[in-house]
Amino acid sequence: MSHDTLMGNDRIPLSRRRFIQLLAGGAGVLMVGIGTADAADAPLPLPPSLLGDTFYGIGAYVRIDTDGNVLIGVRDPDTGTGVNTSLPRIIADELDADWNRVTAVPLGLGVTDNNGQPSWIYGRQVGGTGGSISAAWADLRQAGAVARWLLLQAAARRLGVPADRLRCESGTVIALDGRRFTYGSLVEDASKVDLPNSVPPLKTAERYQLIGNPAGDVDAREIVTGQTRFAGDQQYGDTLTAVVVHCPWPDGTLAGLDFTDTLAVKGVVKVLQLNPEAGQQTGTTLSAIAVAVIAEDTWSALKGRQKLKLKWKPGASNSESSDALEQQAGVLVAGKTDPTTRVRNDGDIEAAGKKAARRMEATYFQPWLAHATAEPMNCLAHVQKNMATLVVPSQAPQKAWAVVRRLTGLTPDQIQISVPRVGGGYGRRLDHDYVAEAVMLSMALDKPVRLLWTQDQDIGHDYYRSGSVHQLSAIIDRKRQILGWNQRMASASTLVNRGVPDSRLWTSEVDVDQLPAALVPNYRSDWYGQTSTIPRGPTRSMPHLSNAFAVQSFIDEIAHSMKEDPLDTHLRLLGDARELPLSGGGTFDTGRLINVLKLVADRIEWKNWLHSVNGLGIACWHFNGAYVAHAVEVASQDRKLVIQRVVCAVDVGRIINPMGLEGQVAGATLDALSTALNLSISFKDGQIQQHSGKDYPLASMAQLPNAVEVITVPGDRDPAGASFVAMPTAAPALANAVFRATAVRIRRLPLTRELSRLS
Amino acid sequence: MALAQAKALPATTDTIVPDKIRDGIDLQINGEHFRHTGDPQMPLLWYLRDVLRLTGTKYGGEHGENGADQVLLNGKAGSAISVPIAKLEKVEITTIEGLSANDGTLHPVQQAFIDEDAIGCGYCTPGWIIASVDLLQRKKQPSDDDIDSLPNVCRCGCQTRVRRAIKRVAAGKAGQP
Repeated sequence: MSHDTLMGNDRIPLSRRRFIQLLAGGAGVLMVGIGTADAADAPLPLPPSLLGDTFYGIGAYVRIDTDGNVLIGVRDPDTGTGVNTSLPRIIADELDADWNRVTAVPLGLGVTDNNGQPSWIYGRQVGGTGGSISAAWADLRQAGAVARWLLLQAAARRLGVPADRLRCESGTVIALDGRRFTYGSLVEDASKVDLPNSVPPLKTAERYQLIGNPAGDVDAREIVTGQTRFAGDQQYGDTLTAVVVHCPWPDGTLAGLDFTDTLAVKGVVKVLQLNPEAGQQTGTTLSAIAVAVIAEDTWSALKGRQKLKLKWKPGASNSESSDALEQQAGVLVAGKTDPTTRVRNDGDIEAAGKKAARRMEATYFQPWLAHATAEPMNCLAHVQKNMATLVVPSQAPQKAWAVVRRLTGLTPDQIQISVPRVGGGYGRRLDHDYVAEAVMLSMALDKPVRLLWTQDQDIGHDYYRSGSVHQLSAIIDRKRQILGWNQRMASASTLVNRGVPDSRLWTSEVDVDQLPAALVPNYRSDWYGQTSTIPRGPTRSMPHLSNAFAVQSFIDEIAHSMKEDPLDTHLRLLGDARELPLSGGGTFDTGRLINVLKLVADRIEWKNWLHSVNGLGIACWHFNGAYVAHAVEVASQDRKLVIQRVVCAVDVGRIINPMGLEGQVAGATLDALSTALNLSISFKDGQIQQHSGKDYPLASMAQLPNAVEVITVPGDRDPAGASFVAMPTAAPALANAVFRATAVRIRRLPLTRELSRLS
Repeated sequence: MALAQAKALPATTDTIVPDKIRDGIDLQINGEHFRHTGDPQMPLLWYLRDVLRLTGTKYGGEHGENGADQVLLNGKAGSAISVPIAKLEKVEITTIEGLSANDGTLHPVQQAFIDEDAIGCGYCTPGWIIASVDLLQRKKQPSDDDIDSLPNVCRCGCQTRVRRAIKRVAAGKAGQP
């Protein structure tokens, strides 16, 4: 029986390089002043939700209606990071809006046609990578400031007084003599005021009303009542439903397909084969050949898929196994061969070796990991002759746009992408293989199609985090100072075939400035690249998750070998509070790291470390301008591990929403514990071995601590991202506590399996 | 389209005698009556989502592994993807959409989830709420071990806040500062 095969369409090749340049070039603040007339005359297409007769446009992000209700657009996808709340609060504070009158509106992708090239209306649009707040701090505040300035000018003209004699408070302009105008009464005039030549001065910190004060999630009520519409909850009138099954081998082929029984299922419309596009970058096309069953509803499609008779033929990758890759990594980190990249080489590690009073060495093993998002991969796509309309749970809608553009050849503004709230990203949704599938299906069927990946496809056809092996060695002098630090790491880079030069492939695997770089005079970091056909992609808090475990476990091992309190070892290594330059730019403030370390130590009563019946463990890390420490207390009861207490302190600079930050920190801590305790992906004969939540079991309630005690350090530095700041240190603090409780040193994750193997 | 299989009957069915000649399975969902005339083996999840467009109940794995598909069946939490329509005649089904009162007043568990910010991405939250409602019906003052028995998982890490929310309800403090 023959079947149709869809090949990717590359009629309009858009170079990756150009795309990135546009992305960067579009990240300005140009949008602030656009739309001074009423919205109907706005020069840019604005989301329908922000339009309407009663709305007056004051900037692309802000709408104020004559009743004083304020709509604030959210450009970045909310993947559970709370940006639907925090981004509008940043703008609303600068605007001096009444938060009770503010409604947050997800903007969807903002793109216009600039001579055939995309022009990004809202600048950078990325969610769940820890950059939304930092970016918003740099530009979104200005949207609020401009809107506020326009309102002030309108009030000043009406009163015949200079604008600097007026002040704004909670949606009202107030004159010295007490006369007041609500924003709503001013917007019509304000929309006729010429824009300022430059952005008016931003507020100083003592005048913040919303920033720094707790706020509940603006979507909370809809979420708890089941009203939130995720992408998979949406469809157009005559939408067909597609489910897919992918080839077990990324380089495998379809040797046989009989879908007679599938077509016999009532409701099934068609069976199609989907092929990856050759020559495209990882994450922009399918990661393996797929067969799609298209039906009138999900149940019919699933029944039809059950009845497919598929015969897959393996490709050259069918001999790959995660065990063999790990063995190879173990050989590489022995250092007999030159590294792929010498990431850092401070001082003279060989010369330092001659002064060694003590040498330590340990090797740590990290498993492959999947994303396991709660919401599966899915996409609603309707491609027509002159328009493509998509609902995509994407973390990077601009990248989704590029996939649609390449496949359809439509002009930039003929592609409309809306991004509803996203059911978890963790980096998985920075890739858009599933978008390519939905677009190809809609084009082939000439109908709207909603694609749903079932959990076996999600777990079994992910872009994984590579496993890694870390061999660390330390040279210690007679005064117990760490004189030399030599790290060799081997892994398969995430960045292969992603437009990154070979010389930069290490950047997804190890951080050039990670601890204890800059603290140890003779420091070397070597990376050995491995090859694998198993697809890799961005994952949460990489490369810190794997490296912090190795480094912070090793420092604990050093402390124990010197019969020293690990906290003292950490503090001596960090030395005095000072700012050290980072090679990636910015500085490493040792004082801030010392502070979070001491905070968790105090809270968990670290002074009991030596005599506690339970085991106490500690770990710290810094990255992206954020500082984090964890302290963990575990009890070992009847050979069962119980996490009694977890304390986490973070310093992310200025805190936008303390309630949101606490949730992010507690959440990331639990995610990191769950991952460290239970999770690993393996492959054998080139095939992923895990296919469901049973094979890849996120931690149960019972495995996790009853509480996470979160300490947030107030600060006035520009805010760093918080969505995964608490990830890296939870696992090493746990493993260090386990060592104190059980005398078993965990050098391999997942921890639960390793502990039972060693006990 | 096969999707047009369900028909909402008026809420006052006790005054209307159903047509006995018609095929199908009578369902009671969130206090309303429906008749399913399609495949009796269709799991409840797809009936809710595709036919009734009650999309608060989510896909959570082929066997409901992450708990996002939990609904109340005669008051007890169960996996909507694991139960076919055929087994649901005379079973009172409550979904997340049916928890709050008609006037919009939230169920205490819903309110407590807001109070404690027990929300990550929000995808699996309805499932957690349903499971918590079930637990609190069985145990008015659940212990930590009782709470540990909840089958749901969450990658966003909302578990400690869910625990606080359940305890808040048990203490009668939902909606209070």
